[in-house]
Amino acid sequence: MFSSKTIRSRHGLFLLQLAFTLIVCAFMVVPVLMSVTAGLTENYFVGLKSGLTTRWLLEVWDLYADSIWLSIYLALACLVCTLILGVPAAYGLLKCNRRWAAFVEEMLLMPVAVPGLATALALLLAYGGSQGFRTSWLFILVGHVLFTLPFMMRPVLSVMQAIDVVRLEEAASSLGAGQLKRFFTVVLPNCTGGILAGALMVITLSVGEFNITWMLHTPLTKTLPVGLADSYASMRLEVGSAYTLIFLMMIVPLMMIIQWVGHWATRRAERVGP
Amino acid sequence: MSQDVLATEGQPARRAVFHPVLKRFRRMASHWWLAPALGFFCAFWLLPFVQLIAIGAQPDNSSQTLGYWAVLTHSQYLWSLLSTVLLSLSVSLIAVAVAGVCGCFLARHRFFGKSAVLAMLTFPLAFPGVVVGFLVIMLGGRQGLSAQIGQVLSGEHWTFAYSLTGLFVGYLYFSIPRVIMTVMAAFEKLDPSLEEAARSLGASTWRVVRDVLIPGIRPALISTGAICFATSMGAFGTVFTLGTRINVVPIAIYGEFTNYANFAMAAALSVILGVVTWISLSLARRFAGDSVGGGA
Amino acid sequence: MSSYDDFDRAKTPVAIRLRQCSCTFNGSGKGRTAQTALHPLDLEIRAGETLVLLGPSGCGKTTTLRIISGLEQPDAGGEVWFGDEEVTNLPIEKRDVGMVFQNYALFPNMNVAANIAYGLRIKGLSDDALKRRVAEMVDMVHLNGYEQRRISELSGGQKQRVALARALAVRPRVLLFDEPLAALDAKLRDRLRVDIGQLLRNLGITAVYVTHDQAEAMALGDRIAVMEKGRIVQLGTPREIYHQPRTAFVADFIGNVNRFKVQGRDAEKLHVEGGYLRAGLHLDAPVLYCRPEDIEICAPDSAPLQGRVLQSVFLGQSQRLLVDTGGDIPLQVESDSRQRWFPGQPIGLSVAGEALFPIADVR
Repeated sequence: MFSSKTIRSRHGLFLLQLAFTLIVCAFMVVPVLMSVTAGLTENYFVGLKSGLTTRWLLEVWDLYADSIWLSIYLALACLVCTLILGVPAAYGLLKCNRRWAAFVEEMLLMPVAVPGLATALALLLAYGGSQGFRTSWLFILVGHVLFTLPFMMRPVLSVMQAIDVVRLEEAASSLGAGQLKRFFTVVLPNCTGGILAGALMVITLSVGEFNITWMLHTPLTKTLPVGLADSYASMRLEVGSAYTLIFLMMIVPLMMIIQWVGHWATRRAERVGP
Repeated sequence: MSQDVLATEGQPARRAVFHPVLKRFRRMASHWWLAPALGFFCAFWLLPFVQLIAIGAQPDNSSQTLGYWAVLTHSQYLWSLLSTVLLSLSVSLIAVAVAGVCGCFLARHRFFGKSAVLAMLTFPLAFPGVVVGFLVIMLGGRQGLSAQIGQVLSGEHWTFAYSLTGLFVGYLYFSIPRVIMTVMAAFEKLDPSLEEAARSLGASTWRVVRDVLIPGIRPALISTGAICFATSMGAFGTVFTLGTRINVVPIAIYGEFTNYANFAMAAALSVILGVVTWISLSLARRFAGDSVGGGA
Repeated sequence: MSSYDDFDRAKTPVAIRLRQCSCTFNGSGKGRTAQTALHPLDLEIRAGETLVLLGPSGCGKTTTLRIISGLEQPDAGGEVWFGDEEVTNLPIEKRDVGMVFQNYALFPNMNVAANIAYGLRIKGLSDDALKRRVAEMVDMVHLNGYEQRRISELSGGQKQRVALARALAVRPRVLLFDEPLAALDAKLRDRLRVDIGQLLRNLGITAVYVTHDQAEAMALGDRIAVMEKGRIVQLGTPREIYHQPRTAFVADFIGNVNRFKVQGRDAEKLHVEGGYLRAGLHLDAPVLYCRPEDIEICAPDSAPLQGRVLQSVFLGQSQRLLVDTGGDIPLQVESDSRQRWFPGQPIGLSVAGEALFPIADVR
């Protein structure tokens, strides 16, 4: 009797928690679904009976194609920069003494720890005067690289630590490999998992970055999220929704790949072992 | 017994004079790999931010007092600081509570459709603030869900999107996926035999939660809460979409900078905001160790 | 092909000499006190011999190995010589050493053959010569058929054999082992130990082998250097180390010892608790030691030493008895495992005179 009662009460608790989780789930999903519907209906005010259409999507493309392309270019450029700066930095952090490494990491994390608005303001007040730089897309790129660099460094560093790159390098050097040779034949090929994870993260963050970009952009250098804010403020709901839909179609697959790569990397790390 | 520690005699003495220098140089070599990233950081963040701190100490446009002093003495700025802190605190607490329950549930149970539920709960992770703001408008805006429900029930348009309530909902939307991820990871690290041991000693479900589970994931809860707080303090996109009439610090900074060109004030507010978020993120990292934190 | 011929010529083994090599690490704690990992050390490793550095963790054995390899540099004034060449300031990649690591350190991005070929590729061997050498090495470590396997698909023992082949492929002047068997389970460790021993004898290469396992040290070392707290406390053949340990630390670290306090002596007898030892007067130390297996069991009534069994521990191939002869520490006796002993049972013991030894640093 006793046990059956306990088990029933535990079952009730399970259902209660499930219901709660599903409500939270609805809170996360419903507005997205509404937005997607709005982007595809003729007239959202009238409702679905006004018919489905792709004309809002096309309109968005007409209006904002430039900003979408700019965002893609920016994300790729940002990726190249974080690779060039971040991968060697992760390697340097691995090899230098622990106190200095902790300090440097803390420093490089500052643009993430401090609100993007503050970073952007600092950049504007320091470099806003140099006209050529201020009006080019490079200005935004600088902001994005500052913000995304730690997200490249961190996964690369943790992969390096997980596979004990220091030991592998010692082995390579005992076989006669010099510093650069070691870096390119042993260090780099063995952190591809971390680099991939970092790269996807950098692209996702760069494509979605708004806080810094809004302050740094000029009418000629509008990125996708800047365009989004613009459309929310000045266009009808359907256009904003359609634009959001395009953004989702770009960002959600990226997000899924990131999760998949994460699982794959941990599984592989478990197999290889320490 | 054979010769012990051998004394080596008659070696040609070839002293290496540059020896200690070489040793140090080889240890220094690691720093060169850091140089590009550090150089970039110093030029484009450290230098500008130091300058920002200095500008914050200049006299502000309207009151002619020092920027930092003006923030602390003008009720308008103090009030926006206070309301931002209160808003962020309440968002963090509620998000941790709500997501804690969900995360605990998802980590401990297997059921049909769990991965789908998990995917739905976590895919908004990548949404920038602007999009979250728009989603709040979908829920509580003039044409939003609550307006439609209100229309049916009472003939009125219920709207909450363009106020602190809307901002609260937006930040909650933003924070819940992050907390769920952290809580679930913490639960998976927690040794299940602890819970079983407590059960075997006769603890009820509630006591297990209170005595084993919550203490076990407390560091994760504190750390993720601190990250939520910092993110909510500094978020700009959501409030920008919902309307610039809501009086929170990021909007104040934006207003001072663009509308009044009051650089000293904007700088002072930015620095204060940065210090607050930095402290709370350091706190988070002290508790959690890794995880980059922040974002968007 | 000339490069291959040149490469193929077996190298004559080289002696290693360390002169006044000390190593101090900068402290990273609050006080920033420098920590001495190694006190100034002189050591000669003869050409072609296998020297085992044996000691507990933190005794400086790995630091010594790393100084020889070039991964660590000695403090100013220390010198490392390979034969007639001073290599103190040569980085490891120029020293021409082969190294085998505890956790294998195989490159996960390469397969077995590519791992073995790595050093050869850096040497710039022609493809032909490279293939031949790799096949030779694979053959030597009995991994035929595994050439294309990924590292993650190998067992621990196979991994360590690949590591060995990789280190030997480049024909190093010196072969260095850093606890190569510590990560393996007991049975595999024994087998691989035999393999490595055979290989070292056949190659006749100068080798330095770091371990904390005394059985490994005994089996592999031509000589053993026992280290404690950054110093070599005894250097000698395995027999010398085992039968004539010079310090209590060495005696205790390698096997077990029994301790006899000499209470008095006459013509041929040393009187100790529970009876006497038959030994010449040349043993004038007040305390004498012997190994458990050197104590023989004999009939209780006529035995020189008499006591009672406290405990018997069955070990399979033998049994260990703890015998109380009235001293403060019971004697440990190793006996064959067939006869059964019970606590309280009287027992007679005798020790051969040549099995007794004094220890210098105990008075």
